[in-house]
Amino acid sequence: MSDVKPALRLEGIVKTFPGVRALDGVDFEVRPGEVHALMGENGAGKSTLMKVLAGMYQPNEGQILIEDRPTIMANPIEAKHNGVILIHQELSLAEQLTVAENIFLGELPRSRLGFVDWKILDDRVGTILQKLNCDFGPRTKVGKLSIAKKQMVEIARALTHEGRVVVFDEPTASLTDAEKVVLFDVINELKADGVGIVYISHRMEEIFTISDRITVLRDGTYRGTLTTAETDEDEVTQLMIGRSLDYSRNESSGEFGDLVLEVAGLSCGKLFEDVSFNVRAGEVVGFYGLVGAGRTEIAETLFGLREPTAGSIRLNSSDVSIASPAEAIANGISLVPESRKEQGLVLGMNCRDNITLPQVGDMTAGPFVSNGAEVAIYDMYRDRLDIKAPTWRSLVGNLSGGNQQKIVIGKWLAMKPRLLIVDEPTRGIDVGSKAEIHNLIRELARSGYAVIVISSEMPEILRVSDRVIAMYQGRITREFTAAEVNEDNLVQAISGISGDEAAA
Amino acid sequence: MAESAAGQGPSKLPRELGKGSSGWSSSLRWLLGHPIWAFVVIVFIFFSLMTDDFFSLGNFQNILVQTSTLGLIALGMTLVMINGNIDLSVGAVVALAASLTVDIMGWPVFESWGNLQILPAVVAGLGAGVLLGALNGLIVWKTGVDAFIVTLGAMLGVRGLVFVYTGEQSFFAMNFAYADFGASSFLGLPTLAWVFLVFTVLVHIVLSRTVHGANTYAVGDNREAAVNAGIRVGPHMMINFMIVGFFAALAGITLSTQMGASTPNLGRDYELWVITATVLGGTKLTGGAGNIIGTFGGVLAIGILRNGMNLMQVPAFYVLVILGAILIAVLFLDKQLNRQGEEGLRL
Repeated sequence: MSDVKPALRLEGIVKTFPGVRALDGVDFEVRPGEVHALMGENGAGKSTLMKVLAGMYQPNEGQILIEDRPTIMANPIEAKHNGVILIHQELSLAEQLTVAENIFLGELPRSRLGFVDWKILDDRVGTILQKLNCDFGPRTKVGKLSIAKKQMVEIARALTHEGRVVVFDEPTASLTDAEKVVLFDVINELKADGVGIVYISHRMEEIFTISDRITVLRDGTYRGTLTTAETDEDEVTQLMIGRSLDYSRNESSGEFGDLVLEVAGLSCGKLFEDVSFNVRAGEVVGFYGLVGAGRTEIAETLFGLREPTAGSIRLNSSDVSIASPAEAIANGISLVPESRKEQGLVLGMNCRDNITLPQVGDMTAGPFVSNGAEVAIYDMYRDRLDIKAPTWRSLVGNLSGGNQQKIVIGKWLAMKPRLLIVDEPTRGIDVGSKAEIHNLIRELARSGYAVIVISSEMPEILRVSDRVIAMYQGRITREFTAAEVNEDNLVQAISGISGDEAAA
Repeated sequence: MAESAAGQGPSKLPRELGKGSSGWSSSLRWLLGHPIWAFVVIVFIFFSLMTDDFFSLGNFQNILVQTSTLGLIALGMTLVMINGNIDLSVGAVVALAASLTVDIMGWPVFESWGNLQILPAVVAGLGAGVLLGALNGLIVWKTGVDAFIVTLGAMLGVRGLVFVYTGEQSFFAMNFAYADFGASSFLGLPTLAWVFLVFTVLVHIVLSRTVHGANTYAVGDNREAAVNAGIRVGPHMMINFMIVGFFAALAGITLSTQMGASTPNLGRDYELWVITATVLGGTKLTGGAGNIIGTFGGVLAIGILRNGMNLMQVPAFYVLVILGAILIAVLFLDKQLNRQGEEGLRL
């Protein structure tokens, strides 16, 4: 196998940014017709490496060889012409443009005088969409598509060129299972055509399904390449974080306190319908479902950000109507939102001010904000949550993802809630800090909070929840106890498949 | 062009919209897609009923000429604003181009050129506009400073330059052919109206049919996606700034042909009127959305309102109050029409 000429080889790639050595002598190669997985924690340099590969960054040292030819790629178009195609992790689409325009963005076919040649465009895009089993046409506006379908548009870009190497950067983050099957078919087809595939993902089960080899990066350095068939999850994790992780499931104690939240028949337009559940003190209830299943919207409704169209919310056995976040907070509800950086934190403010933000109005000494009271609150939660920040003056934007998330959680704990809703608690947080956040959530439940955890990651839901509620297209499909839930029945529940007709 | 391939759902790109005139329901749907045109129809009927002088061919020609200045700049502004930028310096460029053109055609060098002396003057005027646009674009591209700030600076600076250059004096065009052009007609329509209409069609085609047009939407909609796709965003934005600079200069020249003169205060507040017209036409300040059909409607709406209220002898200051109120009302209506209903996030 080693005598096969690699489709692409990176040798000793070094990329520095002011103050950071993002990549430090990384070697990587992809052979034609293999799927090579690239793994590593956040910040390990995967994305930087791919950007170097796609011509978006120029390496400071090292070289890129395409079929043993040293190649310099100055921009993404040149990379494409060299046969390197990058499918982006974040949806890199212009919502107001059509599917066809997005797929060929940057190199729309021209007729004379710079006019777009719609005929060629429609033909080519139509063929690609058919191949991908998409049920929308080339002239559909991207803004009207669901997230999963947008992801398919992104994937369609892989098929516009005769690629030598196609890089998929976390392509399955928002795909449904059916679409995942299509994606894997596409990958296998490309593979059969002799295209080299780079596959980046955090999801071990996918990596082990699809890949032939796995390369691991850590802190911008190359840690090694493993053959998938000869390794296991533990070895990969070891390489990624330098130690093994405890993947144990949550042991439910089964002894909870009073009912804190009872929701009956709650609806909000078409976002979610007829949702009923309850949460007891000391219990962690996990909401699992695909992106767009309505989980976040339920949280936002409970927090007063959306107006329910039907149904009732009972807190501590009395009916409440929550018209604003201020009322939600007054009723003892706190929401740690999905997107830490956009919704949870003021990145340009320091740690202390972020933690005291919701209650700074109450902490006054005369007309001024009371400095001492604020610092006292910060110190308390720093110790309790083990926040690692140099001082309270450090800007939140400079902390790691895990510590940022602890600041957000600390902020809401400081409001003394009875019900804590945590939406995607570990998104964008590396494996090591994930475990810490999970333990923290368990810890909080044990100390008497009622906790709702919303997550798209199955291992996370299985680890922290006492009960799991599965959602599909705005409806609750099933409720599991920690004892009866397993990966298979959970996947079925969130795909809208009832137990009997489930395919293997 | 392959127009026959029907789009799925209403596309923002207005290439399918020309066919909307068959039957009442489709025209109604078309109007809902361009609320400003519904508004234009309403004010048109309103003034036709309220004053005797409004509904006449002569007055319509008037309106077209009166709005041609704003309209030309609004064409360029639409491109820049779809890009997610803005150009506040257009008013100052109007004055600069007008002053340069009127002054240069009187230079002794060109004295023996006869009517041809207008040519180098117009080229210089337009060139100055394109150059300043290029400078704005270059600064936005290379420094990454927000276009609002860059062009705010240009607005102050260029206006200052105009005063330095003119010594606070007005210039008068010595060549009467220049002023005659501003008053001339061609095929029964004032020449300036033709200029405006022809450029409107041209920019519409550029925006809706060319690669540059598609890129304009992409850059404003998702700049990162545009960069990822290999569009050279900096030079692209610079071209659009040059286009708006060209149109501002052209507007300055057509304006000075109407008066046969230029004043250093020419074009004051034009940036505000142009942005008002563009936004009325459905172009988003955040970029990514807008089109020339809408902008044309926005320009006409302002033109008809000003003209009509003038004919009804509404005092000038009330006209401003009413226009301001209408701007906010129209955008509020637009927001209501495009809301997601009860599911929307509360603020």
